[in-house]
Amino acid sequence: MAQSYLSLEFIDKTFERNGTKSDVLKQISLGVDKGEFISIIGHSGCGKSTVLNIIAGLIEATSGAVFLDGKHVDAPGPERAVVFQNHSLLPWLTVYENVDLAVSKVFRGKRSKAERHDWVMHNLDLVQMAHARDKRPAEISGGMKQRVGIARALSMEPKVLLLDEPFGALDALTRAHLQDAVMEIHARLGNTMIMITHDVDEAVLLSDRIVMMTNGPAAKIGEVLEVPIARPRNRIELASDRTYLRCREAVLKFLYERHRFVEAAE
Amino acid sequence: MSVTQLNPKEDKTPALSAQVVAFARPRPQKPLARQFARRGRQMLAAILPPLVTLALMLALWEILCSGPTSSLPSPSRVVSESWELIVHPFHVGQGVDQGMVWHVLASLQRVAIGYAFAVVAGVALGVLVGQSQWAMRGLDPIFQVLRTVPPLAWLPLSLAAFRDGNPSAIFVIFITAIWPIIINTAVGIRNIPQDYQNVAKVLRLNGFEYFGKIMLPAAAPYIFTGLRIGIGLSWLAIVAAEMLIGGVGIGFFIWDAWNSSLISDIIVALIYVGVVGFLLDRLIAFVGRLVTRGTANA
Ligand SMILES: Nc1ncnc2c1ncn2[C@@H]1O[C@H](COP(=O)(O)OP(=O)(O)O)[C@@H](O)[C@H]1O
Ligand SMILES: [Mg+2]
Repeated sequence: MAQSYLSLEFIDKTFERNGTKSDVLKQISLGVDKGEFISIIGHSGCGKSTVLNIIAGLIEATSGAVFLDGKHVDAPGPERAVVFQNHSLLPWLTVYENVDLAVSKVFRGKRSKAERHDWVMHNLDLVQMAHARDKRPAEISGGMKQRVGIARALSMEPKVLLLDEPFGALDALTRAHLQDAVMEIHARLGNTMIMITHDVDEAVLLSDRIVMMTNGPAAKIGEVLEVPIARPRNRIELASDRTYLRCREAVLKFLYERHRFVEAAE
Repeated sequence: MSVTQLNPKEDKTPALSAQVVAFARPRPQKPLARQFARRGRQMLAAILPPLVTLALMLALWEILCSGPTSSLPSPSRVVSESWELIVHPFHVGQGVDQGMVWHVLASLQRVAIGYAFAVVAGVALGVLVGQSQWAMRGLDPIFQVLRTVPPLAWLPLSLAAFRDGNPSAIFVIFITAIWPIIINTAVGIRNIPQDYQNVAKVLRLNGFEYFGKIMLPAAAPYIFTGLRIGIGLSWLAIVAAEMLIGGVGIGFFIWDAWNSSLISDIIVALIYVGVVGFLLDRLIAFVGRLVTRGTANA
């Protein structure tokens, strides 16, 4: 079997809590090409974060394995940087120091101090946050925090960038700005990105492929949808694009017809 | 040519800057004056009520204790009886006959040593208990019992162990201050958000880096709560610790004054103890605010 750049092979995950076992993921297999943008969409609680955390190495799969660039993933590391939903910037550090923490750790001994400084500023520029370098997280808005979180993750030069509902807590306008920023960064750097979302438009706008998960327990990959829309994409032009509308409808149908969220399952 | 070119420039610059000054100046002036007025009012609001209360209490005390049969001295008698003590805080004499400042400094030195040991050992043990499930299960119940032992109860034991007054007093300070530091540090460590731990894992921080860059700053607000309780308790314990060991120190001074029936001196000493304790508390709170700037409000 020819392995993809990132490949998830037959991942199962069973959580055990107070002696009761709950199967969360069942036989998750997925191949991701280098430079691809993948969205994972599914109802809340189905196991999206669990998949992402397994790729990040923060959670161990019960069985199955993850390979990145031919190597088995068994621990967290900076080549799989994560952008967390609630930014998780360290509040006692300034914006600059938060990014510098990552840069100093990852590039110590590989780049000079001046080069590391330039690299921090370069990544802050990339997300348009250089102006706030000396602010603390408490002094900037939610969207800005998320931008810094993205800068911190990008600064590690990850092979894969993992984003767990990165814009979930933001208002629609800020979210649109950040989606554009992520699209632009993806176009410029060509990173491989995996993003969790529960927003159908976001998934279609950003992704090359959309991975749709069935409801838990024992969630599977229900369907993988290609989004054959040329880049760069423009949200206003896409609003009336036939392919866009078809993809959107397909995801909606999956989520709300075939795999309706059953509240009682929680 | 160069002169003619330079001249107009030189002419222009001061004119420009003068304009800027002229614009900038009147703007902050009004708010500044208003700010001072507000500051003044705030200070007054903070200082006036306690002053009034103090005056009322002194008056009440004066009335209650001014009778000839009163067993406690009135404020005016305290001032007249202990006048020497009050006006000569830097007096140097023989043995326990020292100015109040020297007694307080001797006590502060003991507190500083005992407290410093308590901070180091307390944070270390707190980190251990907060980090390790097994250390917590093993140590926490013992800490919970030991921390309820009153400071004075440790004194005979430490006298027996150290066979000397000074180390015994320092040990009592240590053992009194350490419990809140351990417990609060452990709680702080256990409450480090999973997100910060995940950041550390993704960055592959090693143990030392995690300790310095994530653990200590994240737990700092809790640690400083413990440190503040600890300094208060150790100052409470100093009087007890010093009473029985003699020499210079505010605790022994009070004990000595009681043995010499100098009730007024005791009251003067109590005022010193209270003010110094208050200042110690404020000092730690201030340092805590400085260190945990930004940490509390994520
Ligand atoms: N550490 C854990 N222990 C036990 N159950 C867990 C744990 N983490 C997640 N789960 C369960 O796994 C399921 C999937 O969670 P998650 O991956 O966070 O869902 P999603 O991100 O799709 O909303 C949920 O039902 C959740 O209760
Ligand atoms: Mg989630």
